[in-house]
Amino acid sequence: MSNRWLVLMANSGSDRLRALFSISRDEDRAVLLPYLTAGIPTVDASVELFVAMADAGADGFEVGIPYADPLMDGPVIMRAGEQALDAGVTVPVALEVVRRVVDETGKAVLVMTYVNPVLRRGIDTFFGDVATAGAAGVIIADLPVDEAEPFLAAAHEVAVGMALFVSPMTSAARLDSVISCGPDFVYGIAEVGVTGERTEASSNVGALAESIRAKSEVPIVFGVGISTPVQAHAAALHGDGVIVGSAIVRRVLDAATPDAARESLSVFVAELAAAMSR
Amino acid sequence: MRLERPDQRGRFGEFGGAFAPETLMPALEALEIEFTNAWRDDSFRGELDGLLATYVGRPTPLYHADRLSKQLGINLLLKREDLAHTGAHKINNTLAQGLLTKRMGKKRVIAETGAGQHGVATATACALLELECVVYMGEKDIERQALNVYRMKLLGATVVPVTSGAGTLKDAVSAALRDWVASVATTHYIIGSVVGPHPFPWMVREFQKVIGEELKEQMDAPPDVIVAPVGGGSNAMGVFYPFVGMDGVDLVGVEAAGLGIASGLHGASIGEGSPGVLHGSMTYMLQDEFGQVLEAHSISAGLDYPGVGPEHAYFNDAGLVRYVNATDAQAVEAFHLLARSEGILPALESAHALAWIVQEASQLSGRTVVLNLSGRGDKDVQQVARLDG
Ligand SMILES: Cc1ncc(COP(=O)(O)O)c(C=O)c1O
Repeated sequence: MSNRWLVLMANSGSDRLRALFSISRDEDRAVLLPYLTAGIPTVDASVELFVAMADAGADGFEVGIPYADPLMDGPVIMRAGEQALDAGVTVPVALEVVRRVVDETGKAVLVMTYVNPVLRRGIDTFFGDVATAGAAGVIIADLPVDEAEPFLAAAHEVAVGMALFVSPMTSAARLDSVISCGPDFVYGIAEVGVTGERTEASSNVGALAESIRAKSEVPIVFGVGISTPVQAHAAALHGDGVIVGSAIVRRVLDAATPDAARESLSVFVAELAAAMSR
Repeated sequence: MRLERPDQRGRFGEFGGAFAPETLMPALEALEIEFTNAWRDDSFRGELDGLLATYVGRPTPLYHADRLSKQLGINLLLKREDLAHTGAHKINNTLAQGLLTKRMGKKRVIAETGAGQHGVATATACALLELECVVYMGEKDIERQALNVYRMKLLGATVVPVTSGAGTLKDAVSAALRDWVASVATTHYIIGSVVGPHPFPWMVREFQKVIGEELKEQMDAPPDVIVAPVGGGSNAMGVFYPFVGMDGVDLVGVEAAGLGIASGLHGASIGEGSPGVLHGSMTYMLQDEFGQVLEAHSISAGLDYPGVGPEHAYFNDAGLVRYVNATDAQAVEAFHLLARSEGILPALESAHALAWIVQEASQLSGRTVVLNLSGRGDKDVQQVARLDG
């Protein structure tokens, strides 16, 4: 059976996550994980956009829960979040988008959120919701390893994967504590700064991957500032997965109609997918 | 009980901590070490104390408000932070953090501002210490605190308008944090209150507690009541801290009730909020059922904030400080009252604290009450003039 089928048939989020990264290992390439804010431009249209991206070669997705105060996000993702919130995309609505994307594409979905909505719902309840929606993993942008323990425990309880971050600023001591907490994957922050498009390919990914791999075999997903096929390829050479966010979201925000957004994403995601080989 | 410092994780009880993007965490760790060392270093202390004495004008006077005392039937004293250089308590913190910036070898400073007082105080410290200064300010606040915007420009700072959200203090803090995520290698963020991720709430408290320490020296016996406005909570923390847990001293923090608590348009984060994470720390905040941050409302830009410093949240739950509130209308009335009775124009923030004293005068009868007059009201004159038509 192919690895793609393993993702679809896996029962738990952690299984889906493992199957996702086994694609990377077996095909000797990075997996492509486009990011889109849930409910952009509308709830139904966003589900269709994820389906189109799956058809164009995305291996999985990062689905953003809109948040009112996104400290890690640049202007494009901020604007998408504001629009989604204005349109009533609450946390339950966003998780419903996640469920539909999992059902309709069979791909692994990583849920991206900030810490406060998780705390408000209750950590255990939130992870239960995420597991019920069928997500493979969770990324919490403002959760450093220092505060991560109860979140990792709750994720473990419902067999959902959980990321911890490593940035170019992360010291060796901090990297040690990240690794010793046993995240299911590491989110390698490719660029110092908030999310947003950059003109140059990241010069950090090689060194970051090397320092992590020296200590662990944990899968590495690179994100932040990766917005072109050239940049995505540079990250794919070193990481197991590549997240492209603002460049995707901008195309959706700029499109005159949902159809136009779908066409533009299909072309762009196919280009990115072609850049995943090593 | 009052804590000398937060625990290893930066917590005051359950509040505080550091919920920040990983990119900032190494800088926060380094800042904690730098601050701890500087604060133990006599030469750092000496330089700061020298500036506080000769440049800021500390100690600020403790003034007995005779006429208002008679009128209210209490013994009212004003701790005159409005007479500190640049017109508010904010300079205590910005000079100290400015010196710390130099010590860390960073050349660029960013800050947020609501009322503009922290922006002016940061721009001033940067002019004095030869640091580049960028101040983020919500566009609504730029409009209502125009005088301070121009003051910052005169001092050589760049003021960056923030258009996201409601264009107020919360959005300015977020914009400054976003800048810092990108610029942390070369830039220090001089945060303006006892808020933000550890070590900021603790460090800013240490830099502001000079207010309360002076007050202790200036009085023969501790007062019955100390009242201060609470936005992020730095002036209140500064004047309260040395008295926290002291028998017979009632500490009262006054939050913004805006158009009235029942209207839902207010800034009463402790009174009406619930625990959550805002701007990197666990504290009381205004949020909806899904954990989305709500907009605050206050006529006073400095109190128009949906969160509060985590140590205040701790004091509240421990019953060490009482948190109450006053409306926009009550604050404006108190602004006029202090102007006419004592010849002092208070900042609208400070006027909230006076407004509570006025409301409670009969309960406070005969008692010695210290009002922390956190700032002067020049910046608010235009806004009050508009209200008065
Ligand atoms: C004069 C004055 N008082 C009070 C405040 C509120 O801040 P904090 O609660 O940190 O003292 C401000 C903030 O801008 C201010 O300018």
